[in-house]
This record gives sequence, C-alpha cells and structure tokens, in this order.
Amino acid sequence: MPFAWLVVTPFFLYLTLFLFAPAVSVLVGAFKDAEGNTTLDNVTTLFDEPYRGDFKNSIEISLVTALLGGVLGFLIAYAAIREGTPKVVRTTLTTFSGVAANFAGIPLAAAFIAALGTIGVVTRFLADHGFDLYQHGFSLFSLRGIELVYLYFQIPLMILVIAPAIDGLQRQWREAASNLGASPLQFWRYVGLPILTPSLLGAMVLLFGNSFSAYATAYGLTGGFVPLVPIRIGYFYSGDVLSNPHLAEALALGMFVVLGLMMAVYVPLQRISSRWVR
Amino acid sequence: MRKRIAPGAVVWLVVGAAFFLIPLRSMLFFSLRSNETGNCCTLESYSTIVHDGQFWKTLRLSFVLSLETVALTLVILIPTVYWVHLKLPRLRPVISFLALIPFVVPPIVLVVGLFSVFEDSPDWFYAKPYGFLVGGYVVLAFPYMYFSLDSGFRAIDVHTLTEASQSLGAPWRTTLLKVILPNVRIAALAGAFLTLAIVMGEYTMASLAQFYTFPVYIQYINETKSFPASAVSLMSFGITWAAMLALLIVGRGRPVQLGGAR
Repeated sequence: MPFAWLVVTPFFLYLTLFLFAPAVSVLVGAFKDAEGNTTLDNVTTLFDEPYRGDFKNSIEISLVTALLGGVLGFLIAYAAIREGTPKVVRTTLTTFSGVAANFAGIPLAAAFIAALGTIGVVTRFLADHGFDLYQHGFSLFSLRGIELVYLYFQIPLMILVIAPAIDGLQRQWREAASNLGASPLQFWRYVGLPILTPSLLGAMVLLFGNSFSAYATAYGLTGGFVPLVPIRIGYFYSGDVLSNPHLAEALALGMFVVLGLMMAVYVPLQRISSRWVR
Repeated sequence: MRKRIAPGAVVWLVVGAAFFLIPLRSMLFFSLRSNETGNCCTLESYSTIVHDGQFWKTLRLSFVLSLETVALTLVILIPTVYWVHLKLPRLRPVISFLALIPFVVPPIVLVVGLFSVFEDSPDWFYAKPYGFLVGGYVVLAFPYMYFSLDSGFRAIDVHTLTEASQSLGAPWRTTLLKVILPNVRIAALAGAFLTLAIVMGEYTMASLAQFYTFPVYIQYINETKSFPASAVSLMSFGITWAAMLALLIVGRGRPVQLGGAR
C-alpha cells in the first residue's frame, strides 16, 4: 500500500535530514583529519589530557548528581505521596517539579550566583554569622558547586519520573506484609525496594544522561571555564580559537557512546519497571 | 481513620522546600538591590531591563522561534501520528523508539552535526534563526510533542471517528481538520506549551550558532550586570512557570518533562 506510506514520508524525511544526517556526519567526521583523510588521531587524542580529564569530570558530575538527585528525589517524592500527607502537598510538588525540571540553564546559574556566589545572599548571611564559605574551600564555580546547582533540576526530574512507580506500590501489599507480621523495615527490604529497584535504577540512569548532556547551566556559572566535555565542544566553536572541527566531532562521538550505553541500560530497565506501574 | 502526617515526611519536605526556595528568594532580593549602593529595595534593575531595546528584541525573536517550532512540529507530527494509529500500527513502536534518540543526541552534539551537514546550505537558511535554529528545535521538541500526541490519540477512537466522517462523505482534509484535530486539541496544546518553554530557554544551540536569542541575552546581562541579571532571570522563570501552569490547566496528562534548556 504505497499511499499509506506516503503520509508518513515527510516525518521520516525530516528526521533523516535534521537528526540522522547530523548524527552520522558527527560519526564520520570524528574519523577525518583537516584534509578530509581518514584517521584515528582525533579519537585517540580523546584519551590524552585535557580531554581525558573532561570525560572524567563529566562522568563524575553525572554519577554524583544522578545518585544524590535520585536518592533525595525519591525521599521527597515518597514523603509527599505516602499515607498521611495531605493530597495538596503532592499536587503542589508535581507542579513545582514540572517547573523546576525545566528551569535550568542561564537563569538557574543566575539564581545560584545570587544565593551562593561570592557576594550572594546566603554567602553574606553566613559570613555575617562568622562562617565564610569561600574560606572553607567552597566555590560555586568548582565542580562541587556545579553539582549542587545541577541537583536543582535533577531532584525535580527524579520526583516526576519516580512518582508513578511509588503510586504503583499498592497499599494492600503493605497491609498484607504487616498482617503477616512484617515490620516496616522488613516490608521495604523484602517487598518495597525489590519492586522499586528497576524503576529507581532506570530513573537514575536518565538523570545521569540529563546531567551529562547539560551545557548551559555550567556555562552560565563559569563563563565557559570548566573542564567538562560539552563546554569543551562549545569552546571549539567560540570563534577566536583556531579550531579543528573534527576534534569537536570526536568529543561529540565520545558523548554519543556514553549516552548510547546509558540508553542500552535504560530501555530494558524501563521495560521491567513498567510491569508494576499502572 | 485518617493517619497523621509522618514526622520523617515533614523533614524531607522541609529540606526540599528550603533547597528550592532559597535560590529563588535570593534572586528576588538581588533583583531589588540598587546598582549604586547595593541596598534594598528599588525597581531599578527591572527598569534597566525593560528599557533595554535588546530585551524586547530578543524576547520577541525567541517567542517567534517557539511559535514557528510549535507550528512545524504539529504539521509534521499530527498527520503522522494519526496515520500510524489508523493504518500503520506496526510503526508505533518504531516511532516511540525514534523519540528516544534525541536523548542520545543532546543539543550540543546535534548542533555540531547540523553545522557540518548545513555549512554549505544557502544563507536564507543557514544564516537565519528562522531556518537553521528552528530546524534543530523541531528535533528537540519532537519527543515531547510525540508522547503528548500519542497519548491524545490513544484516548480517542480513531477508527470510528474516521469511518463516521467518511461515510458522511467528508474528504480526508475535512476529516483531519474538522473531526480528528478538535479531538486531540488538548494533547496538541500540552505539547505546544512544553515546546514553548523549551525554545524560550534554549541556550546551547543558539549561542553556538551565534544567534542573539533571549537566553543568549540573559547570559550577556549575567556576565555584565549582576543585579539586573537576577531581574531578567526571574522574568524568564516567570515564563517557564506560565507555560507549565498553562500545561497543567489544559493538560491533566503528565508527560515526563525532560526540558531542553540545560
């Protein structure tokens, strides 16, 4: 039925032109030198400094914020959903999380500079009470500082992703466990966590990718001077640098590989956890 | 018997609220400080921003870009999703899988690829935000719009509606515009507001391609004037808020929101 396929052609053409072609050209370009010859140099360069360090930092930030964001997001979401908490808390939290998960990039950086920058409101407040953050090794513009800021969109994303899974933990299971004499701890150890584990892991994998891809927030905080992979790629295109676009493509290929691995873990986890989510 | 709120729950909710409200409050304080004396409270910073021609120019550009992105995404996706639900159900898992690909190709990677694909394309496309940038934004918007439309189409009986319309003699165009479209209006609107929030905040692609959009303007202010930077960031937060509230009001559906603005 050729007509049936004609209708979906524009969609596939569009994706081919604006998604697949760019992706393929990054893959191919990563293996080219300035003259257009095939080479492995760009890719092997990724294993040298400073690029190796960029990847290490990017992966570290993503792991830390995925783990912390995942745990905190889960605890907050559970606190809002569990029995006894008024319904309005949950509605407010979900709405707010929708906003906060999307409130990222440059304005988020500005918000944290206003709070915890060198002359920020919180920094000043603590200094007035005898505790100078910046004298104690804290800097908003370091990797630790960036992690703190990333949590601002990681935690809400976790709340949004994990809430349906927590809803799936049915009250009856809890009652059944307690009727059989299980303590709350035993319920979590033998029922709650085993059911939630695939969802929790899946959500954290998503958070990892979310933070690994982030560019604008780190840029807004540091003005582009922080050794992360996306920032390095941006640096190659910032004009005044004598740049080798193929090296940027090799860095992009590296991101691709990390995120591809992430999806390879995420998709099966998603499939397992969707069994329990109604 | 209704249980009382657990003490543990209170602790976590308070910790969460503090973490999320302190930066917003600090930003509000900052935006009300005087640029000369640093004292509270004056609307100077807001006045600086709204009297800056660049503010309105970039805000307008980003808004036009988001409308264009919404329009293009809907034109491409509505017929596709409709047709997949009606005639090609075996394509549905394929498209759902494709909708995950933009997460593997983040904006920073996509823009690098788009540069090399389109560097020799004509200026009316490559040198214009309305061309090049929107071309990429549609890809960023695609997953959100797709999941929103897909759940919208799943909620209606596509086959019955189509057959009823056709047995009354309506041509395809009428069926699509007058019968199907009104029934997926809510899903389309929800996707549109999400797209609006994404495009209004998208910095990565715009700055690398050197187009002066609203987020690029905010970053310029951020680098040059710290108190007005808080004022304009707060306004930008207001835009995200408005888009998400609109989404909540029209939607009731909850697509997972992985914004594109990071």
